[in-house]
Amino acid sequence: MARRGAVLLSILAGIALIAAWYGYIVLFHVPSYVLPRPDAVVLSAARAFGSGYIWAHLLFTAEATVVGYFLGCGVGIALGGALAEWPTVERALYPYIVVFQSMPKVALAPLLIVWFGFGIESKIVMVALICFFPVFINTFVGIRQADGDLIDVLRVCSASRANIFWHVKIPAAAGSIFASLQIAVSFALIGAIVAEFVASKEGIGTVIQQGALAMDTGLVLTGVFILSFMGMIGTAVIRFVHARVVFWEGRGEALTRPSTLPG
Amino acid sequence: MSLLGPADLLAPAAARHDAAPRRVVLRARDVSVTYQTKRGAVTALEHLDLAIGAGEFVSIVGPSGCGKSTFLKLTAGLLAATSGRVELDGAPITGPSRAIGVVFQKPNLLPWKTVMGNAVINARVLRMDRAASTARARELLRSVGLADFERNYPWELSGGMQQRVGIVRGLVHDPSLMLMDEPFAALDAMTREQMTLELQRLWRTTGKTVLFITHAIPEAVFLSDRVLVMSPRPGRIIEEVAVPFSRPRGLETMATAEFGALCNRLRRLFTSVLGLD
Repeated sequence: MARRGAVLLSILAGIALIAAWYGYIVLFHVPSYVLPRPDAVVLSAARAFGSGYIWAHLLFTAEATVVGYFLGCGVGIALGGALAEWPTVERALYPYIVVFQSMPKVALAPLLIVWFGFGIESKIVMVALICFFPVFINTFVGIRQADGDLIDVLRVCSASRANIFWHVKIPAAAGSIFASLQIAVSFALIGAIVAEFVASKEGIGTVIQQGALAMDTGLVLTGVFILSFMGMIGTAVIRFVHARVVFWEGRGEALTRPSTLPG
Repeated sequence: MSLLGPADLLAPAAARHDAAPRRVVLRARDVSVTYQTKRGAVTALEHLDLAIGAGEFVSIVGPSGCGKSTFLKLTAGLLAATSGRVELDGAPITGPSRAIGVVFQKPNLLPWKTVMGNAVINARVLRMDRAASTARARELLRSVGLADFERNYPWELSGGMQQRVGIVRGLVHDPSLMLMDEPFAALDAMTREQMTLELQRLWRTTGKTVLFITHAIPEAVFLSDRVLVMSPRPGRIIEEVAVPFSRPRGLETMATAEFGALCNRLRRLFTSVLGLD
């Protein structure tokens, strides 16, 4: 019952929000080039998809986001693992990582355009850079926080470092890694859009910018909603994979969990 | 099986127990361990000597923090002695050995592996034959009543069942010496009693040499051939008590006057070394 009540409340809140949006425009005579009516946005979206105009842009942004995401996350996991496992590498790279971490990565976007051009390459690199950090940090911390008692189980059997790494450390860090992969989804979209804003011929970021220049706020909001939809899909996919890969997560410290089984 | 060494380790329990002088499996010679901490040096063990014969079940009892676990880590090859040496089958222990199996205080099962996956992890790490180690694990799991739980995950098991898997894991690679670090400390009293009986049975059927660490005196007396009493830090062996009761021992053994008297003797020893009286 509580669940159904919550769904109902959620729908009501949505209706209230759209009504407030509508009411605000009507009440204060807001011109459509400042804020379009909700139905105008729907119409604008229908036009954009109907004419096929938006698809190429959508695919461009999606490709930049997905490729950059896998690149940045992959390098993040690899480097995080290497630094956690080899303290010498950690000591050598640590100062540079601190500098790089405190840098707002989007500030590099103009430079990336100079280096990698107006095409998709500069967007991919931007996405990869911005995704890299959370994943790198969480991989590093996750591995370092692996339970020493579990490591001892393998150590007493003369397990190699590689054995301990794959059997204990990586699975122990998996929950933390996936948490960062989740964060990286929204980071990835930010990276793609910022790079497109700086300079691009294609992409949802370009659509938004052109829409704003043409005072077509309906198109701008269409672009924004497409992005949030892309983010939602990405997050849902990662959440799905997370729950299946790290299936033991939240099962608690084995012994402290009460069990219904005898003995 | 050949990596286990002499065949007498695998001989039936009955043949072992009356054999007079046993071959020494584990020997500690004048072992001292000093830790460096921020507050200076802490001596955990000092001039510790002991010898454990093949097939023997020996317990070390001592107050908390006396260095029992330090000695176990030393034997497991996770720690190096500051002076003196620990020998396994006459050779000094310099690191982890496949001839040793360890059962920890907590079950320490990997939550991402099934009961079977956890049971065979040591065998996998040691690159032992997969089919053979799986068969052996299956046999051991059956003997501790977990035959139907092979595919379950640790969190689906009770504490007692988890520790049974921990014991099976320590046995699968067929070590000659088992080190057990207060393996039942985290269990409730009923489960603990049952596990003690099971361990005795398992020990009698496998013929392993066992070094059992505990602070529960009745548990030590019930299970052991000999009980070694350790002093508070710096730990050394201050008393050795042979347990005369015949095997197999049952719950009725614990109810006898002799059992109670032996426990009391050990308890008095404790209170006197701790200066409690």
